Amino acid sequence: MTDMSQGYVTADGRKIGGVLMEMKNITLKFGGVTAIQDISFDIRDGEIRAIIGPNGAGKSSMLNVISGFYVPTEGEVWFKGYKRGPMRPYQVAQLGIARTFQNIALFDGMSVLDNIMTGRLTLMKSGLLSQAMWWGAASKEEDEHREKVEKIIDFLEIQNIRKTPVGRLPYGLKKRVELARALAAEPKILLLDEPMAGMNVEEKEDMCRFILDVNDEFGTTIALIEHDMGVVMDLSDRVVVMDYGKKIGDGTPDEVRNSQEVIDAYLGVAHD
Amino acid sequence: MPDQLLYAMEVTLNGLMAGVMYALVALGFVLIYKASGIFNYAQGVLALFAALTLVGIQQGQVPFAHLINAVTGGHLTHFGWTVPSVLAIILTAAVMVVLAIVIEKLVLKHLVNQAPIILFMATIGMAYFLEGFGDVMWGADIKKLDVGLPQGISDTVEGLTDRIFGYGFFVDNLDIVATVVAILLVTALTLFSQYSKQGRALRAVADDHQAALSVGISLRFIWILVWSIAGFVALVAGIMWGSKSGVQFSLSLIALKALPVLMLGGFTSIPGAIVGGLIIGVGEKLFEFLAGPLIGGATENWFAYVLALIFLVFRPQGLFGEKIIERV
Repeated sequence: MTDMSQGYVTADGRKIGGVLMEMKNITLKFGGVTAIQDISFDIRDGEIRAIIGPNGAGKSSMLNVISGFYVPTEGEVWFKGYKRGPMRPYQVAQLGIARTFQNIALFDGMSVLDNIMTGRLTLMKSGLLSQAMWWGAASKEEDEHREKVEKIIDFLEIQNIRKTPVGRLPYGLKKRVELARALAAEPKILLLDEPMAGMNVEEKEDMCRFILDVNDEFGTTIALIEHDMGVVMDLSDRVVVMDYGKKIGDGTPDEVRNSQEVIDAYLGVAHD
Repeated sequence: MPDQLLYAMEVTLNGLMAGVMYALVALGFVLIYKASGIFNYAQGVLALFAALTLVGIQQGQVPFAHLINAVTGGHLTHFGWTVPSVLAIILTAAVMVVLAIVIEKLVLKHLVNQAPIILFMATIGMAYFLEGFGDVMWGADIKKLDVGLPQGISDTVEGLTDRIFGYGFFVDNLDIVATVVAILLVTALTLFSQYSKQGRALRAVADDHQAALSVGISLRFIWILVWSIAGFVALVAGIMWGSKSGVQFSLSLIALKALPVLMLGGFTSIPGAIVGGLIIGVGEKLFEFLAGPLIGGATENWFAYVLALIFLVFRPQGLFGEKIIERV
């Protein structure tokens, strides 16, 4: 394995920093079912980290642990060098960890613009009282946030649907709006739950480009889940492979691709 | 102008005023429905409870006096002081916030992700509990509420219309105050929900809980906030209705007047509640005026519901309600 104690340089020359998030011996049980069993890995500052595995491997559960939707039965989550106590999802979001969902969770009744603006809620300062009393200051703040949001809208090329209620959009665009909302929070880590699921080839290519651009332009650390091996290998710097709740591989795409255990998990192997 | 027409105008004006009173109640429903998709059956009782508390605080009543006396054998009823109206209103608003927190902690928190019908049932339970609780806390007798609002026929309006039309309109001062208050309240609520950070969060929570959590919104905070606001709106409605017809159990039945208003205006629209209220108010007064004598009167009891039913057939989401889009 590559030595990464002080960060590393990727094949395409990007400098990856130190550990931003570390999962230590995470176990997650639902009643008698073990979804995740004693998994440890880290996510480094600026990298694109993928978690892959066949269906039911526990990838989404892992993402839910990172984003606070699940509380691990055992193990610790470390973020920016501090151990994270048990937190609710909204508190995790306030730390600067934004996410998207596998089956899209947007506010269907609100416009694209309003949806993306909600992404900035954690960054808005004005409290309830000050908003009521200093209307001017609050509206100035609103303008500043609006400006940032417009940049993201340009970036993701969704200018023409700005005012459309999200409920009316086709699937591919919804996925993009969800990404925009997550980006609006200016997250330290962006968690993407199967960003390419259900997309056609063209949409997949677009999404790939956006993910790479986000990482490049904003320096956002990205952790994503996919079960489509091909896409992930092109996209990510390092890959964790899960199968039946266990970690069976961790390394660069090349290292993972050549691991016998990973090949067995994906192609299936006769158990004795 | 012919007398009949002038009289009809007066009836219309009074209908508009009555409509504002209905709208005040309907507002509370809309707020909670918008933010949580719950039809809050307890809204009427909230208004009753707010009015009871206001009178109690104002007159320096000892809360739970009956209970305390029954246990200790004492004869406590009043502290012996009276609290100025403005202070009493502020204190009552604070009590409504505490009530919102208690409701969230004891009821809503445990019903996250339940079907709307379950939450609806919970509010029915809440309504009956709160009704009894109000009785125990402040006593079941009929109380008079006076926070210093002007009452009786407005001389200004009568004089003015007399000079213009040669016929003085009778309009209650209290109704005029209610109209002004309603306009202020609706403006504030609309600005809040459309343009403030919490307003946007509120709409987000109404739409999708999971997504709301993922952008850093605390569901509990939003629920407490929205129930507090609904409690405050209930207080305003309670003050207006209580000043008009006294504070007693029947105050909680004003909720029944709000129902057709909601069907008409839409469950999700704040301006809809106002327009719906006005249509119902004018409609029922004019109908009583025009058709009442022909069919034996007392049409005000059912007219609003018939109007609402007709509306349901043609526009189920109400005048201003969000269009119902279902993707297959």
